[in-house]
Amino acid sequence: MLSVSGLSAYYGRAQILDDVALEVGAGEVVVLLGRNGAGKSTTMKAIMGLVPPAAGSVRFDGAEIAGREPFEIARRGLGYVPEERRIFTELSVLENLEVGRRPATAALRPWTPERLFALFPSLGSMQDRPGGRMSGGEQQMLTIARTLMGNPKLILLDEPSEGLAPVIIERMAEAIRALKAEGLSILLSEQNLHFAQAVSDRATIIEKGRIRWSGTIPELLAADEVREQYLSV
Amino acid sequence: MENLLLQALSGLASASSLFLVASGLTVIFGVSRVVNFAHGSLYMLGAYLAFTLVTQLPRGHLGFWGGVVGAAIIVGLIGVVVEVLLLRRIYRAPELFQLLATFGVVLIVQDLALMTWGAQDLLGPRAPGLRGSTEILGLRFPLYELFLIGVGPVVLGLLWLLFHRTRWGTLVRAATQDREMVGALGVNQRMLFTSVFFLGSLLAGLGGALQLPRESVNLHMDLSIITEAFVVVVVGGLGSLSGAALAALLIGELHAFGILVLPKITLVLVFLVMALVLVVRPHGLLGKPEAAARGGQGSAAPLIGPAPPALRRLGLAALAVAVLLPPFLGDYALSVLTEMAILVLFAASLHLIMGPGGMASFGHAAYFGLGAYGAALAGQWLGAPMLAGLALAPLAAGIFGLVFGFFCVRLSGVYAAMLTLAFAQIAWSVAFQWVELTGGDNGILGVWPDRWAAPKLVYYYLALVLCLGATLLLRRVIHAPFGYALRAQRDSTLRAEAIGIDAFRIRWLGFGLAAAAAGIAGGLFAYAKGSVFPTYMDIPRSVDALLMVLLGGVHTLSGPIVGALALTGLQEQLVRITDYWRLVLGSIIVLLVLFFPQGLAGAARARWEARHGDA
Ligand SMILES: Nc1ncnc2c1ncn2[C@@H]1O[C@H](COP(=O)(O)OP(=O)(O)OP(=O)(O)O)[C@@H](O)[C@H]1O
Ligand SMILES: [Mg+2]
Repeated sequence: MLSVSGLSAYYGRAQILDDVALEVGAGEVVVLLGRNGAGKSTTMKAIMGLVPPAAGSVRFDGAEIAGREPFEIARRGLGYVPEERRIFTELSVLENLEVGRRPATAALRPWTPERLFALFPSLGSMQDRPGGRMSGGEQQMLTIARTLMGNPKLILLDEPSEGLAPVIIERMAEAIRALKAEGLSILLSEQNLHFAQAVSDRATIIEKGRIRWSGTIPELLAADEVREQYLSV
Repeated sequence: MENLLLQALSGLASASSLFLVASGLTVIFGVSRVVNFAHGSLYMLGAYLAFTLVTQLPRGHLGFWGGVVGAAIIVGLIGVVVEVLLLRRIYRAPELFQLLATFGVVLIVQDLALMTWGAQDLLGPRAPGLRGSTEILGLRFPLYELFLIGVGPVVLGLLWLLFHRTRWGTLVRAATQDREMVGALGVNQRMLFTSVFFLGSLLAGLGGALQLPRESVNLHMDLSIITEAFVVVVVGGLGSLSGAALAALLIGELHAFGILVLPKITLVLVFLVMALVLVVRPHGLLGKPEAAARGGQGSAAPLIGPAPPALRRLGLAALAVAVLLPPFLGDYALSVLTEMAILVLFAASLHLIMGPGGMASFGHAAYFGLGAYGAALAGQWLGAPMLAGLALAPLAAGIFGLVFGFFCVRLSGVYAAMLTLAFAQIAWSVAFQWVELTGGDNGILGVWPDRWAAPKLVYYYLALVLCLGATLLLRRVIHAPFGYALRAQRDSTLRAEAIGIDAFRIRWLGFGLAAAAAGIAGGLFAYAKGSVFPTYMDIPRSVDALLMVLLGGVHTLSGPIVGALALTGLQEQLVRITDYWRLVLGSIIVLLVLFFPQGLAGAARARWEARHGDA
């Protein structure tokens, strides 16, 4: 579904990504693990076209998308959920969802506000509340719901557990499993190994902009030295 | 009492018209973050096009209202052309570049309008059905004014519905906050921006077209409305529609009653209010602090290094010419050279603020003018000799620079640019309206140098020595610890403060120093011309200063010097060979911003470095 190879990216003159490669199969949840500043967010931004890739290929659903503009990439069915959430604070919950709305193209069941409120019940009770007056957890749900309104085939989910209370993280994990059950493919980025292993099929580890390890979750759990070297405790 | 009511009503009518224009400006700013100087030109085009359509179409309701609406739509389309050809390419450029580029459009439109409609004022027909007047509480009030009073709220209501009840409006509001995110959600921002430009331009065109029955159509409408619209939009809070409505009301009534109570200071009053609001509420009445640059601004500026040897040699050669050639030149050439020397200093002073200081100034002419007026007033009222006048010039400019700068350097980006503009306009209005002191529009004449400096050659050398000396001094300052502190706070206020630099104080002093230097230039200019006028501190002169700096390039010290020489040379030639020099100059500005954003000296330097592989 998504296949990245040889991807490199720069901020100004600083090279942030170097020869990044990863794969996400249809219906699969892959987690990109790495410490602070490892390049997880940049990888997602480069895939999405928000940071122009300097070299490499990004193939999505059979077509090359590297070098395309973000809106074109989104229209092909790639959804992006930013780490900073970037809720439209002036807009109500329903209006935030409206901005994300795009006609369904995928074979997946189309999303409606009602279905999303079933997935994230707390959003349903605050449909007219401005995005700026929601808690961090609620904003995190809204940003995911907003992206789902575009009926993507695959979503890039950047550190959804960051800064959330354990109970909310648990609920987030359930939601991600529900999305996987719907047939959605997910590329997740995380530092929280506990959360990642609960929802993912495979893991890829990035450190200083390079991919250091790839394998299944059981393999990762077995490889103590890999975890120690690349993931902070 | 009755008079008050009439005045209030006519204030409402002005507020309504002002709101139409300002709403377009603020909507465009909200989404694109571009402060569109050309918005006033669109307003002017609306009036001219309405004139043509209304006088060509058959008389009657259909002809008139069809003409007005038709003009507004055509102006909307013109706005689309401007957006697609120019603005779309500079959305990520620094604010001052955008202001400059859109000012280029102002110049172009002025000459195109001159070519099409001629220089004379045009009087349009009155609106059919709204010709007479009506009685309100026993007072006669023109029907058309009453109609205008109604238009404002109706447009406000329609815009509100558009922004809150349609998908398009929701997308626009979202893009106002975070356009990159809207793009990542699959919305084609280009289409969105272009459509917003269409709407905003249409509103400007409508505002202009509706003036047809009220006042004559002329070539000065653009700048007079744009300054007022800036005031309204900034006072209301950039990007805020309700803020614009509130501010339009405030400014409209202020005008109406200001004329009754303080007829002498109406102009000052408006800018005073703007300055006051910005000082107390830096983001306007209903504005929000700008979100930290989302998908804006490029990377940090490169460091300024010493000039490469070739450039140094070129500079020395130019200096040799400047010293050795003049004895062989006639008076006219000497005047031109004197002016060039003065403008080099003027540009170098602005460069200190913009380059190393990283601040925006859209009103640097104020300090040039204050220097000129300081010298001229001292001569006229105190009988001060020239040298005393020249000493007073930087003092006057410097003191005002410190006073104005105290407020300006706290703001950044568009708001800083607007506050410097407001202060410049205050200075300009005082010079313009305080006739007893300054002679108003007629200026102060007979500001001649003392006898010993009267020969053009002597005065030229005097100007050369002072300007060169001051410019070299500025250069030294940039490389002194003060200059490093200035650049440190530009690159990162936090880091600068962490190493013990008081960023505010450094910026403030830098601003004052630049103002004083501009004051020297202004004083010299006054004696060179023998007169001073309010135009010494009007917007076009501030733009000239910006143009010189940006033409040369902000990131090199030689930039402003090259820019000053290039611009004066260019203007000199253009005025001589064509009546349409604005068209040419405007096009040059636009092309420059599009293709040489680092300026002439910057581009030359980049080439030089690329060729000689030195980093
Ligand atoms: N806008 C930017 N400009 C310059 N450098 C940046 C920018 N954004 C990120 N970086 C740098 O790029 C590197 C990778 O950052 P990135 O945000 O991709 O890391 P991350 O793995 O997502 O970290 P985190 O877990 O903190 O979110 C870091 O060294 C960071 O400092
Ligand atoms: Mg990150």
